Amino acid sequence: MRLPLLSIHDIYVTIRELGWGGAFELLRNGIVLGSLYALIALGYTMVYGILKLLNFAHGDVYMIGAFIGYGVLAALGGPLNPDIGLAPLIILMFVVAMVGAGGLGVAVERFAYKPLRNAPRIAPLISALGVAFFLENSVQLLTNGTRYSYNAFELGGKNGNLGPLFSPVFHVLARPVSVVQVLIVSTALALMLALTLLVSRTRLGKAMRATAFDREAASMMGIDTDRVITSTFFIASVLAGAAGVMFGLYIGETYYFMGFLAGLKAFTAAVVGGIGSIPGAMVGGLLIGVVESFAIGYVGGQWSDIVIFGILILFMLLRPNGLFGSRAIQKV
Amino acid sequence: MSEFSQTPGIPEAPEARIGVDEWVEQADERRARARGPLALAARGVERMPPSVRLLVFLAVASSLPFWLNEGDLFSYGLFTLLYATLALGLNVVVGFAGLLDLGYVAFYGIGAYTYALLSSDHYGIHWPAEVTIPIAMAVTALFGLGLGLTSRRLLGDYLAIVTLFFAQAFVAFTNTANPTIAGKGLTGGSNGIGNLDPLTFFGYQLTTTKQEYFFLVLVFALAATGLYFINQSRTGRAWRALREDPLAAEVMSIPVNRLKILAFMMGAATAGLCGAIFAAIEQATVSGNFTVSVLITIYAIVILGGLGSIAGVVLGAVVINVTFQFLAPQSDHPEIKRWLFYGTILLLVAMMRPWFRPLIVIAGTVAFGFATHAIVAAAAPASWTAGHAVDAGSPSRAKAIADWVIIPVGHPGFRTYTYIGLVAAIVGLRALKGWWRTVGLIPVLYLTAIVWENALAPNPAVTALILFGAMLVALMTVRPQGLLGTARVEIV
Repeated sequence: MRLPLLSIHDIYVTIRELGWGGAFELLRNGIVLGSLYALIALGYTMVYGILKLLNFAHGDVYMIGAFIGYGVLAALGGPLNPDIGLAPLIILMFVVAMVGAGGLGVAVERFAYKPLRNAPRIAPLISALGVAFFLENSVQLLTNGTRYSYNAFELGGKNGNLGPLFSPVFHVLARPVSVVQVLIVSTALALMLALTLLVSRTRLGKAMRATAFDREAASMMGIDTDRVITSTFFIASVLAGAAGVMFGLYIGETYYFMGFLAGLKAFTAAVVGGIGSIPGAMVGGLLIGVVESFAIGYVGGQWSDIVIFGILILFMLLRPNGLFGSRAIQKV
Repeated sequence: MSEFSQTPGIPEAPEARIGVDEWVEQADERRARARGPLALAARGVERMPPSVRLLVFLAVASSLPFWLNEGDLFSYGLFTLLYATLALGLNVVVGFAGLLDLGYVAFYGIGAYTYALLSSDHYGIHWPAEVTIPIAMAVTALFGLGLGLTSRRLLGDYLAIVTLFFAQAFVAFTNTANPTIAGKGLTGGSNGIGNLDPLTFFGYQLTTTKQEYFFLVLVFALAATGLYFINQSRTGRAWRALREDPLAAEVMSIPVNRLKILAFMMGAATAGLCGAIFAAIEQATVSGNFTVSVLITIYAIVILGGLGSIAGVVLGAVVINVTFQFLAPQSDHPEIKRWLFYGTILLLVAMMRPWFRPLIVIAGTVAFGFATHAIVAAAAPASWTAGHAVDAGSPSRAKAIADWVIIPVGHPGFRTYTYIGLVAAIVGLRALKGWWRTVGLIPVLYLTAIVWENALAPNPAVTALILFGAMLVALMTVRPQGLLGTARVEIV
């Protein structure tokens, strides 16, 4: 008789069947997915650190970044026969999507959050929920709910032939690691490195840290906090836009509701790493990605979301300050 | 961008904080400041004792079945009351106790599924509603207790995200997990559970819409009265104290954790009640009815009316549900949605001061529209002005609208570009000040008409969701207290 609920024995059998090679595949997928989550999570953590605002709309900025990337692809002749070479095409997609998403993030901040700087805590949260809902359904309206495909497999190949993105670079345990996977992980790492340098080495980064620490005091020290907040939203959204294009290149499809769940998981990644902590968001993102990948592989797709949400709820309950967060003391 | 030119380093002065005595002293002044027919009506409602208010509402509500047909009673009457009751429950958690519960819609679903499991052919259990509904309420209250326990440790945003996970997990559980119990999928997967029993109380079946409607009137009256008294009681005052400042409340020896859990349970039980009734009325339950869209709709109701105000919740439910039903794709009155849309815009424009400003804007928009239309008709190919308005009621009216608004045929990109342009224009309009803003409003309004005729009116279902989202943002930035809520002033 089949057990009604999750069976530990089934999971054990699956682990045995997949073996080490399967485990590596899951780990590889998890790391790629986790790089995306980490990039989105950085945006959450930066905005939360500076405004104490849970920016629900961030996931939808990521979704729109993916659509902008698709728009560039379509404008340059479509995925099957692009007018320019693969490398400049991908760079152009990234640049346009990042700038576009950045602009969108700044507009959202100006319009929906700035008037609420001194409002009760619940007001910007509801405003953020409204923006998320607005963006998501606007895209649904404009795309008629269709999924647009990057045709990632054929991208760069001539006349619908297989493109170079999914050809293997090297093998581990006889399992391939493809070009696009290397590309995603290395780009994500480069962006994170750039962000870390920006926050720790530049004047703007210093101003950001000061604003996050104490906005009022920072503004009294001569920091234009409004400009710092705008820059923070811009950088956060730029990272989300990059993640959107990566998703398109890797999974191949963009659709209007892809931002919501990804945003939710990325926010949790930020919490797992300790909210406000930049290395925390990176580690948290990778962790969530790997856990999700293993849950899909070992527990099965139908239960994976529930398992992940269960783990996340437990984590939030047991260690709400995250792995790297310091214990927050409620101030009066 | 005047904000940019502001000298950096000088922080904006925080909003005025006033003392309690001052606040009480200014009460008459604040009331007298509001003028006009709307304020008069508001003052009238304010002077009415709550019992009279409820009776007036119930009298109006009870008269509906006598002048509405069955279909209209179902979509306008029944669903308004259902949403009102549902929003009353959310109002307890968010409005009274100030806990941002984004898992509320899952309780609604749990109530529905409990009813579906205990009174349907699914497992062949046919318990009567007088047993099932209390069980559904108890089950959801228990889930509320479980989720409320997390609020012990989690503050603000963390609570919001955990409750949102709960809602997502619920949808994933009912839709995709669907564990097999007793040879059958527990929740029926994406098909849900059908063939539910109608509401049956002590052998008396409620089968017609009228019977169900009167039952809902009764449920609503009970819920509203009960929640009103709770809000007036010690518990209600403690909730408000908790909402304003949990730390201070705890210091005043208010049992903060117990009260939070109580608020969660009360809200959850109300949602469970509504869910069970909803399932019985629809005679089916599908996980698609308990998604984030529904959550946003309930939030829109509570926030439009004003967080914490029971009368506000009712008003919000009427406005939102009636709008929603007009915008529904299978609506019997497809032409009304256009009146509603333009009417709302006119009303908003008419609120501008001084009095001649709205006149200038409206006259300017009409003239601008005809001028643009004439230019496009003369300069561009005929396909640009060849379209007709959808759902206009009569062909002549569809033609008349198309004589003012540009409705092209073909040109698939037009919809997308005008829509994005409109959003950008509205964001940009915020940067303008004074007369520039008034002048800028004219092309933006015409653009709004173009977007409505080309993109929004043909897709009313998505439009409703877009407008709800936009409304949440607009309300939060313009009037966070909602229509009937009282403004929260920081009192020191």
